[in-house]
Amino acid sequence: MKSVYLLTVLAPLIGAAIAGLAGHRIGRRAAATVTVGAVALAAGLSLYVLYQHVWGGAPVFNETLYRWASVGGLHLEVGFLVDRLTALMMVVVTSVSLAVHVYTIGYMHDDAGYQRFFSFINLFTFSMLMLVMANNFLQLFFGWEAVGLVSYLLIGFWYRKESAIFANLKAFLVNRVGDFGFLLGIAAVLMHYGSLDYAEVFAAAGDAPDLTMNLFGTEALVATVAALLLFIGAMGKSAQVPLHVWLPDSMEGPTPISALIHAATMVTAGIFLVARMSPVFELSETALSVVLVLGAITALFMGLVGLVQTDIKRVIAYSTLSQLGYMFVALGASAYAAGVFHLMTHAFFKALLFLGAGAVIVALHHEQDMRRMGNLRRYLPITHITMLLGTLALVGTPFFSGYYSKDVIIEAVHYADRTGAGFAYLAVLLGVFITALYSFRLYFLVFWGEERLDPHAKAHIEHLPRYVLPVMEWPLIALAVPSVIIGYFTIEPMLFGGFFGNAIQVLPANDVLATKGESFHGPFAFGLHAAVNPAFWLAVAGAVTAWYLYVRRPDLLPGINQRFAPVIAVLQRKYGFDDLYNSGFAGGGRLLGRGLWRVGDQGIIDGVLVNGTARTVGRVAAVIRGFQSGYLFHYAFVMIIGLLVLLTVFVGTWRGWF
Amino acid sequence: MFEGWPLLSLLVWLPIAGGVAVLAAGNGSAERARWTALAVAVGTLALAAALWVGFEAGVAGMQFEERVAWIRAFDIHYHLGVDGISMPLVVLTAFSTLLVVVAAWEVVRYKPAQYLAAFLIMEGIMIGVFSALDAILFYVFFEAMLIPMFLIIGIWGGPNRIYATLKFFLYTFLGSVMMLVALIYLRTQAGSFGIQDFYSLGLPVGIQTLVFLAFLAAFAVKVPMFPVHTWLPDAHVEAPTGGSVILAAITLKIGGYGFLRFSLPIAPEASLALDWLLIGLSLIAVVYVGLVAMVQTDLKKLIAYSSIAHMGFVTLGFFLIFRIVAAGGGRDGALLALEGGMVQMISHGFVSAAMFLCVGVLYDRMHTRRIADYGGVANRMPVFAGFFVLFAMANAGLPGTSGFVGEFMVILASFQAGFWYAAIAGLTLILGAAYSLWMIKRVVYGEVQNDEVAALEDVNRRELALLVVLTVVILYFGIHPAPLIDVMAPSLDALFGIVMSTL
Repeated sequence: MKSVYLLTVLAPLIGAAIAGLAGHRIGRRAAATVTVGAVALAAGLSLYVLYQHVWGGAPVFNETLYRWASVGGLHLEVGFLVDRLTALMMVVVTSVSLAVHVYTIGYMHDDAGYQRFFSFINLFTFSMLMLVMANNFLQLFFGWEAVGLVSYLLIGFWYRKESAIFANLKAFLVNRVGDFGFLLGIAAVLMHYGSLDYAEVFAAAGDAPDLTMNLFGTEALVATVAALLLFIGAMGKSAQVPLHVWLPDSMEGPTPISALIHAATMVTAGIFLVARMSPVFELSETALSVVLVLGAITALFMGLVGLVQTDIKRVIAYSTLSQLGYMFVALGASAYAAGVFHLMTHAFFKALLFLGAGAVIVALHHEQDMRRMGNLRRYLPITHITMLLGTLALVGTPFFSGYYSKDVIIEAVHYADRTGAGFAYLAVLLGVFITALYSFRLYFLVFWGEERLDPHAKAHIEHLPRYVLPVMEWPLIALAVPSVIIGYFTIEPMLFGGFFGNAIQVLPANDVLATKGESFHGPFAFGLHAAVNPAFWLAVAGAVTAWYLYVRRPDLLPGINQRFAPVIAVLQRKYGFDDLYNSGFAGGGRLLGRGLWRVGDQGIIDGVLVNGTARTVGRVAAVIRGFQSGYLFHYAFVMIIGLLVLLTVFVGTWRGWF
Repeated sequence: MFEGWPLLSLLVWLPIAGGVAVLAAGNGSAERARWTALAVAVGTLALAAALWVGFEAGVAGMQFEERVAWIRAFDIHYHLGVDGISMPLVVLTAFSTLLVVVAAWEVVRYKPAQYLAAFLIMEGIMIGVFSALDAILFYVFFEAMLIPMFLIIGIWGGPNRIYATLKFFLYTFLGSVMMLVALIYLRTQAGSFGIQDFYSLGLPVGIQTLVFLAFLAAFAVKVPMFPVHTWLPDAHVEAPTGGSVILAAITLKIGGYGFLRFSLPIAPEASLALDWLLIGLSLIAVVYVGLVAMVQTDLKKLIAYSSIAHMGFVTLGFFLIFRIVAAGGGRDGALLALEGGMVQMISHGFVSAAMFLCVGVLYDRMHTRRIADYGGVANRMPVFAGFFVLFAMANAGLPGTSGFVGEFMVILASFQAGFWYAAIAGLTLILGAAYSLWMIKRVVYGEVQNDEVAALEDVNRRELALLVVLTVVILYFGIHPAPLIDVMAPSLDALFGIVMSTL
């Protein structure tokens, strides 16, 4: 199996190298073929790996590939850990990636950077696989930063656009704030558990659950410190409040990567991280509560911002933030499997929604404002139907995949007995209404109502090249299938069937999924249960409200906007996070840097110390200048005397005369 | 095949003799000077490669030793030798010099023979610094190094070169005079000028402190450490591209090397007593200088300040060992710090050279270093832009590049000394990305800003070759640093033993 794992990882890396280095020589078609082929290979192999791990009885693989470095008795290595959690992530990553690769052929068909784009998304697939397949923190950090690099490159793919190169710098820096915590977390793990290898760390953590360290003058639980520091990294990558600000701006990048990186895979790395680290997180009630509360805050408040966005991609971006919050709520409630389950279903339906939005954008020649759309189901029937399916999955329609994953999270929090669980339960419940409202607002604004296209977009959609839409629609259809059905078929084994084995460890006292499992009687009964479930009715209420406001009585909207103007203003300012960060941190940092430079370096060090000394020396030199007679023999004489004095002192010290 | 050869002497004198030969050959024919210089640089690098291959990685002590009496009256020896600390630096020197020779090819028009000769002579002297085991021999090389660099900046430098060279010369000279006094004193105590004879002298703490401060004066200026760092940005700004490359890649390393070769083993108790000072100054370098780097408007100044911040990790790693041991981090923790600092030195040699070469490529075309004069370079120079972004990422410590390895090791180690050391040092993750990538945003990305940028042409084959070689090295040591670390580990381990044994 080792060669299978290696090939899975290396195929996209090689594809990226070919398309990136020789892209112009081999041409657009060949570059696309190579990269799509590489990802198809990786996806096929990942399915094989999952099959082997679930049905083929493949053992957990945990092996070193090569030694990165040794320091004394510490060995830092690169290696793979493949268990069912990894195998599942591999399938999610490569299958969404494959859909996005195919879609890109159409989406980027007239872009000059065609080969570069394919190279980057292949490189991304490689990096993400390295991240999920790591068996140690070093490689995890490599993958973690490598996906960040590719995200940076792709957000800024259209590097002439000022907003894009602002967004990619912002994304990288905000992620670096998270990585700062992440790296300290790794350092804490190394110091107290004595290794960077997952298996050794988990064993050491399990052996010493009450280990404490001195921090800020108090004794703190090592597990709490390590878990919280690692979680800061997760907050950056998975865009949780207050490190969420980069994700909406990342929409400046081309839509395929919004689907792949900023919805389905990279941003879920934080979820994967916490699930992978469950043996450490389980030891700290404090850390889990923090995860729970921050997740709940993100789930509710970012969904609210989604209500006032007019850019189609930004609505979905805020939806992603909110859904990531749901996943963290699951993790914080110790329902790790539920978090990963929602990660999987969300990857499919959210990628579908983004790619659908991308199809709309391309059809309208890069129009993203929903106020200039409307009634598009006439032009884009397949996009319309698939996006409707994705929306239904997102809002939690019974029997759709999103229903199962979201409902389990809500119930898990309900059962959880942990600080913040009460608030989190309310937040995720209310979040269901918000989700339905913004989702159907988008759906109705784009596909129903009156047509509000500007003439240019209208001309474009009526004269679209014939091949563009089909190559983008096939991935939509391919993603729509799992978006609808995958929850029904996988909920039972994944959540209540011990699917993850030892990959996820939950203390018996925390095991809310086991509690939930006692009342679980199969996916069909679970679906019917919706009728007596408040979440379902909240979703219905949200959808109906959206229909009423955006289809039936759009004339009411101005009045509502006026009445809620202060609230809407707050939401449009996004609670002021951006303003604070831009003027506070970015501006403050520049101001501080300039101050230190002008006052410290130029003023005190150079101005007073260096040049001041130089002036003093100058004054002394003016006196000494008097000794300069200009006669060579004077100089020679002085030199000889000086040399003799030096020698005397030197030899004297040596011989001990003084 | 080099069995029994005086390899180190060859490494010192071949480039010096070669430099003289270039001067002779170049009289009238720039072309002949270039090819001669190239041959000498390649030959020296081949010798350096032989040194690496012939070096036994598992041995802590000196290898390739040569020792003959030089000035009998004062018991001064011509004594050369390398261990795992100095050998990689010798190879780095030979590598960087070759880069400089190639980078100068058709770019340097004014007195090319003299320019190339200066760098070759400089190369021999620097290799001498790293391989000298006699204190006076070391001192001679250490001082001699100033002369070619003085000439390089003074003759081929920018408009304000007189101020820069004076500042550079006075700073470094004042520091080294103190060191000379200390060396002569140590001779009286040890009975020889052998550097290793200075170890484990058991000097009283008060004397150790004086010796330590004397060395600090010499090495802190070279590194350079805050607050004696302001000569570096000025020197870089005025220096020609090759001068900047050598300055950043090699001469700064002599400061770090000096701490390992002299300060720590000769004055361990003083190092322990004053570690707060060195750690404090190192952390200031990371944060203060990082912030200052961010707001620079001149490309070279920005990279110069970023060099200072990166060198902060070197000194941080070296002087944290006492606190790591005190906090229970043990030998492994201390080695992590020492090796991290060493790796950072080597990596910084590659990354800073790459950054300065990139600025050189731009400067040769636009004749300006002002960031504001650029913008949208990627439109006209896509290949160059790719490399520049990669090097900036290495500068920001991206995993997978060599820039990551040293910082990663030092941060992990500093956590063992205490949370706050790691937290402050870790700010480099944010600051390093901020100053590197903000610069990239303003220079590389965006619309074409002006007619000069619109007229840019992408890198030629010679430039491409340089960038590719550096990329390969930076990626290789990022993906697989084990060979580098294994070479230096036994010597650093032995050094750690010497330092700890006297405490």
